[in-house]
Amino acid sequence: MAARKSTKKTNVSADELLQFYRDMLLIRRFEEKAGQLYGMGLIGGFCHLYIGQEAVVVGLEAAAEEGDKRITSYRDHGHMLACGMDAGGVMAELTGREGGLSKGKGGSMHMFSKEKHFYGGHGIVGAQVPLGAGLAFADKYLDNGRVTFTYFGDGAANQGQVYETFNMAAIWDLPVVFVIENNQYAMGTAQARSTSTPDIYTRGEAFGIPGEAVDGMNVLSVKEASERAVAHCRAGKGPYILEVKTYRYRGHSMSDPAKYRTREEVQKMRSERDPIEQVRDMLLTGKHASEDDLKAIDKEIKDVVNEAADFARTSPEPGLEELWTDIYA
Amino acid sequence: MTMIEAIREAHDVAMAADDKVVVYGEDVGFFGGVFRCTAGLQEKYGKSRCFDAPINESGIVGTAIGMAAYGLKPVIEIQFADYVYPAYDQIVSEAARLRHRSNGDFTCPIVIRMPTGGGIFGGQTHSQSPEALFTHVSGLKVVMPSNPADAKGLLLASIADPDPVIFLEPKRLYNGPFDGHHDKPLVSWKKHPLGDVPDGSDAVPLGKAKIRREGADLTILAYGTMVYVAEAAVAETGIDAEVIDLRSLMPLDLETIVASVQKTGRCVIVHEATRTCGFGAELMSLVQESCFYHLEAPIIRVTGWDTPYPHAQEWEYFPGPARLGEALNKVMED
Repeated sequence: MAARKSTKKTNVSADELLQFYRDMLLIRRFEEKAGQLYGMGLIGGFCHLYIGQEAVVVGLEAAAEEGDKRITSYRDHGHMLACGMDAGGVMAELTGREGGLSKGKGGSMHMFSKEKHFYGGHGIVGAQVPLGAGLAFADKYLDNGRVTFTYFGDGAANQGQVYETFNMAAIWDLPVVFVIENNQYAMGTAQARSTSTPDIYTRGEAFGIPGEAVDGMNVLSVKEASERAVAHCRAGKGPYILEVKTYRYRGHSMSDPAKYRTREEVQKMRSERDPIEQVRDMLLTGKHASEDDLKAIDKEIKDVVNEAADFARTSPEPGLEELWTDIYA
Repeated sequence: MTMIEAIREAHDVAMAADDKVVVYGEDVGFFGGVFRCTAGLQEKYGKSRCFDAPINESGIVGTAIGMAAYGLKPVIEIQFADYVYPAYDQIVSEAARLRHRSNGDFTCPIVIRMPTGGGIFGGQTHSQSPEALFTHVSGLKVVMPSNPADAKGLLLASIADPDPVIFLEPKRLYNGPFDGHHDKPLVSWKKHPLGDVPDGSDAVPLGKAKIRREGADLTILAYGTMVYVAEAAVAETGIDAEVIDLRSLMPLDLETIVASVQKTGRCVIVHEATRTCGFGAELMSLVQESCFYHLEAPIIRVTGWDTPYPHAQEWEYFPGPARLGEALNKVMED
């Protein structure tokens, strides 16, 4: 896993580390609960868990400011939690209830928040990438100094529309950070079987877009890279590519038997590179927190997730008439 | 065998018989397809004949057209019919038109397989039934089997066909027939007579409908999953309906349809896809044009609604036996 080595020791406060721990743990516990509710039949169909990739979105969000936008694909629960969307509203959308963020119309892959500048949740691989450039175009047009984080996966990186978008973003100098979440598998197909280069960010060179690979299992590396990318965009220098090398522990979706990789490979990543364990170690060895402090955070997160799950279970199902709303103005 | 196994076997038979047949798509090679329809083919025929494509539907279809113009017979998979839209330009502007605009010099014998339809909680991006987007395009053939035996035979016919064929596989039927009663346990194809798939390489010809149940009182036109919904609705209403499984939408077996409606005098059309400009609209026009003086009641369509495919209200949207049964009763009363 090639990753840019940080030349200096990252300057990070204890408070910030604790916040990273909290934010990543929330995503992990939320996703584990979603997996349980799926197993109980409360969530149906497609559900793509973010477990293992938590440091990506949490590190990226650390460089975001109010008004910055984010748009992503269908593995989107983590992005929504990281930008502050309500866990109950996300979970209730998974269960297809009235209290869901899209009132049960969208499901796991399709949620939005105007307030948090979250532009979805998109179910078609790569389709959100041109939209992200459009958001950035609007920001540039309004000259408001905002940046758009446009997330997509290593699989989506082979869709033609990604490169149409790179070209447009480059010729128009759009303030967009393209975040390639490279978890090494496009559904069941390993990167090497489908992608011409191991370092996808280098494809930006053809368009004159700078980029770099980032250790996506380390939230501090992601944060640092994110700050560089955002500074580039805010300075009016156009788009920037971050290829964040990460790993998903679970299958592509809930029905994935994951026969395309070994159990050992997953286990090795979990035991040696886990993003949450890394921060936990930093907190404990740096004496920024005690075991008891972390236990208290665990409990706090567990309560938030349980409350979200209760809400998702008890919120009523949407009425049939709801299906006919919001098709036309 | 299941429909998945039948589709796999059709590939196998075609690949064994003709080394010009190549098979590819997303997750199709090493992994054997997300629905397992190509499992084992790469091992058996090698990576040059069964392989993985990147996630780029437009490129997948475009390269297949080039291969076909040069004499290969690509059989490609679009992982879900809902993913085909980036390739729509290639299908409509290139595949469908190559023969005509080259005055027959170049042809495009490709098969584009795609799992289609709902009933699996797929929501709006994994449940759509886009058949009318293809039947609307001259130059394409459009096929939808409803059982393992037909899936094998129709796929073999599609591969042998000299034109581009859109081969829609109702994914809710992959493992067993489904009549819309979602609360009942799944019945396996292994316990269904149509799960008994003949050995060998016999094709089921395109353009031939199958009368699944003979009846005197009305004609139901159905395809894909709706064939089983129709059978259930007939059993539940007790109406002596003739159930026709169209199997092939383009070319369409109008002869069988017309003979049936002229006999029964009544017609109900059922499909999962949205109503407006759905394939049912075309069927309705054709029946009206051909059978007007035999009709004793207005033709009724039972379809998905004109909404995006829902996440939360799947079974309200899905045209099940109750909704179809109401239509059958209404047509009998009219």
